[in-house]
This record gives sequence, structure tokens and C-alpha cells, in this order.
Amino acid sequence: MANRSVVPFGPQHPVLPEPIHLDLVLEDEKVVEAVPKIGYVHRGLEKLVQKRDFNDFVYIAERTCGICSFMHGMGYVEAMERIFNVDIPGRAKYLRTIWCEMSRIHSHLLWLGLLADGFGFEALFYQCWRMREQVLDMFEEATGGRVIFSVNKIGGVLKDMPAEMLDKFVKNFNYLELQLKDITEVFLKDYTVESRLRGVGILSKEDAITLGAAGPMMRASGIKIDTRSLGYAAYEDIDFEIITSNECDSYARCEVRIKEIFQSIDIIRQAVSKIPDGELSVAIKGNPNGEAFARMEQPRGEAIYYCRANGTKFLERMRIRTPTFTNLTPMLHTLKGAELADVPLLILTIDPCISCTER
Amino acid sequence: MAKVAKSPWLLHYDGSSCNGCDIEVLACLTPIYDVERFGIINTGNPKHADILLITGGINTQNKAVVEQLYSQMPDPKVVCAVGICACNGGVFKDCYNIIGGVDNVIPVDVYVPGCAARPNAIIDGVVKALGVLEEKREKMKAERGKTN
Ligand code: SF4
Repeated sequence: MANRSVVPFGPQHPVLPEPIHLDLVLEDEKVVEAVPKIGYVHRGLEKLVQKRDFNDFVYIAERTCGICSFMHGMGYVEAMERIFNVDIPGRAKYLRTIWCEMSRIHSHLLWLGLLADGFGFEALFYQCWRMREQVLDMFEEATGGRVIFSVNKIGGVLKDMPAEMLDKFVKNFNYLELQLKDITEVFLKDYTVESRLRGVGILSKEDAITLGAAGPMMRASGIKIDTRSLGYAAYEDIDFEIITSNECDSYARCEVRIKEIFQSIDIIRQAVSKIPDGELSVAIKGNPNGEAFARMEQPRGEAIYYCRANGTKFLERMRIRTPTFTNLTPMLHTLKGAELADVPLLILTIDPCISCTER
Repeated sequence: MAKVAKSPWLLHYDGSSCNGCDIEVLACLTPIYDVERFGIINTGNPKHADILLITGGINTQNKAVVEQLYSQMPDPKVVCAVGICACNGGVFKDCYNIIGGVDNVIPVDVYVPGCAARPNAIIDGVVKALGVLEEKREKMKAERGKTN
């Protein structure tokens, strides 16, 4: 039998922007087992719900993760709106949809950049992040923030985007689409990139189901599930096809995410053409009482929000189930049998967000 | 900042941040903001680093990691706390697992406020850190002169 050795990986590691620790049990160069140790980013954010009143907590919920900050805020307010049993105005629904898709675009571009950095293609990393800045500029123009926006409130949204701004954004996204086509060529057709991604980190359809993969990780294994098809916010008025791939490897995950960016741009165009006029929010009265769930499709997969209120201004419990949490088990599965040199790449392909997983 | 004499290398560690400040730190390194024009390179190795950028507060789990990273860096070294979380705990101050700002475990030289700290502010902080680094270097030189 080959010699076994244990290599610690993380929590501080050059390719990981976030701390996670893995003990990799190796036989020569092959990983036989990976044992994760987490908790480096745990803050205890859910418990804070008992110390901040339910309106203020929107801002804490947003800070669950700085990448999907808009969607975390939105998940919390949607659950609260169910408790209050209010229907928010149409314009607010559309604005939320547009902001969600903008978040998805910037998150996927961020991931593509990190992936390029992971396989050592520095120029591509810069290109992706340069394009991502264009989305952030639009966010800044619309909401005032680059990563944390604070535009959600229970009952609607706080800021409007006037028609001229929306038209301008559509133009910007058309331009972004053109640039994106160029980098798509590199990601999907370049020989060196393919050699790093093809056949690496296979997760079969059966495994994806039993291990509970979520989001693009699951769709890249041929499973056609996307929470957006439930029709929350304005998604019921929007046409879109769920993007899947049957190749089950890192290449497929990259392909699914790239196609999702194009899809998001299309959704934004549709939303801008259909957005109704009207109020931005409805007033809510009194304190919440009862419990509710909200589900939504984040860039990394399905997230679930649960809130339980007891008639006071402090909630009793709030719970988030994040996509990265369910994706960790499939990731550990793909690590088994991998080469040590592929480990950083495999960790990246699930698009881990440790900060929302540990909260 | 009158002049930058050396190329300072930077080590970034994510304490318990929400990622907001982290991606802004990374954004500083990319073409739009580009701190590399000051000769600053992001390294993953604490032994190569002059400036430690920390985002997020200290919790019970990462306390030892931060202490260890700091002790591995060679003198002179500067610590820059990025974001209100790293400065004093920020919005998570009252969380049960948060001890507080970075200065609870290691000395901090520059505080960059903001939630999230903007790239412009981070670059400003790093440039201030360069000044502090220079001072520390001078001081070390003078002390070495005394013993020799
Ligand atoms: S200061 Fe704000 S943006 Fe930065 S890590 Fe803390 S909560 Fe996130």
C-alpha cells in the first residue's frame, strides 16, 4: 500500500478568498479522504434576531453574505411579508427581479474570475473582474452601494429606478453581452482551459440527488430544478428555460454558469419591458405573529428562509439554509480520488460561499 | 505619501467578514483600481508579507489563526483593519461568537471605516499603511545602529 499522509489545506490559502479548512488524506498524489473543519466565519447572526427589531434586521440579513447581499435581504423580507400577509406592489416585484438578476450576473462573473485565477489564467481573471465592475457601477448608480445595497424593506423597496436609468442599463447590458461572448470563447473553447476542466470532478446525476447538490452544481449534473420557476417576485411573468448540462464535470459547471449570465441579461431585458408603474411599497402595521418560509434561487442554488414571530417586535427564530451548505457534501465526494493539484479547482467549482454557510 | 521606496507585499485574511469587504479588497487588485501600480502584490504567504489586511471581526475560532499569521510575518509589519467589522465588530458586535475588532488580538495600525469599505478607502488605508511601514523601518534601523 502506498504511504498515507495528511496535508492540511487552509484556512488561509492563496486561492481561497474565504477561510475553510480541509484535512486531505493522501495516498501519494491521490486524495482518499477530505475532512472539513469549518466555523472560522461563524458569527451567530441568526441569534441576533432576538436583539434587533424585525425592521432593523433587514440590514443584518443582508450582511449574511456580501455577494448575494441583495437576495439575503430579499429572502428575509419575503418571509416577513408572508407573516404580515401583504402583497407588495408590482413595481417593487419587478425591481427586485432586476436587482436579483444583476446580483446573479456579478456573482457569476466573480466566480468565473476566481476560477480563471484558480487555473492560473491571470489575464482572464482580470477580464472577468473588469466586466463585473460595470455591473457594480450600475448598482452604485441605482442604489448607492457597490456590494451592500439596503434597498429592501418589509412591504416593498426603498428606491426606484426611473425609466431613463432602466433604458441605459439595458444598453449597458447589451454591451456587456458582447464582451461576454469573447470570454465565453476562451472559457469553453480554449485548449488549456478545457484540459483543466474536462472530466475533472465528476458528480453523476444519481450522486447529485442523493448528496443533495444545489444550484448550478446540480444543474450541471443534468437535474432540471430552478427555484425561480416557482414564480416568486416577478418571475411568473418572465419566460426562461432552465439551463442544464449532462456532462457532470467542472466544464459543465462552468458552461451552465456562463449560460446563466446570458439568461439573466435576457431576464433583465424582459423585466424592463414589462415593468408597471406605481407605488414602491405598502405600509405594514403592528408586530408580526406567526411563522413563514420563503425560498429563492441564489447564484449558488436554492436558499430557504424561515422566520417565526411571537407578536413582539423581536422575532423568536430566523433560520437560513444556504446552497453552499448542501453543496459541501457533493464537493467532498468529488474530492475523493482527485489529484492534490486539482483540489483548489474542485473547491472552487461549487462556488463556495463560506460566509453565508457559517453565518 | 511622498514616495514609495519599496514594493510592499500584502497578505489578506478574511476574519469573520460577510464577504462584502473581501471582494472589495480583491477589487482593489483588479484593473479598475489596481494597487499593483504602487508595486503592491497580493501574496498568500505570511512570510513574504509586509502589510496584513484583515476584514471581519475576531471570533473564537479564528483568533488563533490571526495571531499565528501575525507572528509569522517578518518585522517591520503593518496591520490594516478593513471595514467596520474589523475595526470594532460592526453590525455583528452583539453576536455571541464575536469577540470584537482585530485590535483585541493584535495591534492595528490603520483603521479603514465603511460597511462595506469602498475600494478608494481601502487604497487610502494601504497608502497610509505604507507611511507607517516606512516609520517602523526607520526606527528599526536606528535601533540596530545603537546596538552595533
Ligand atoms: S464591514 Fe460590513 S461589508 Fe464589511 S465585512 Fe463587515 S458587515 Fe460585511
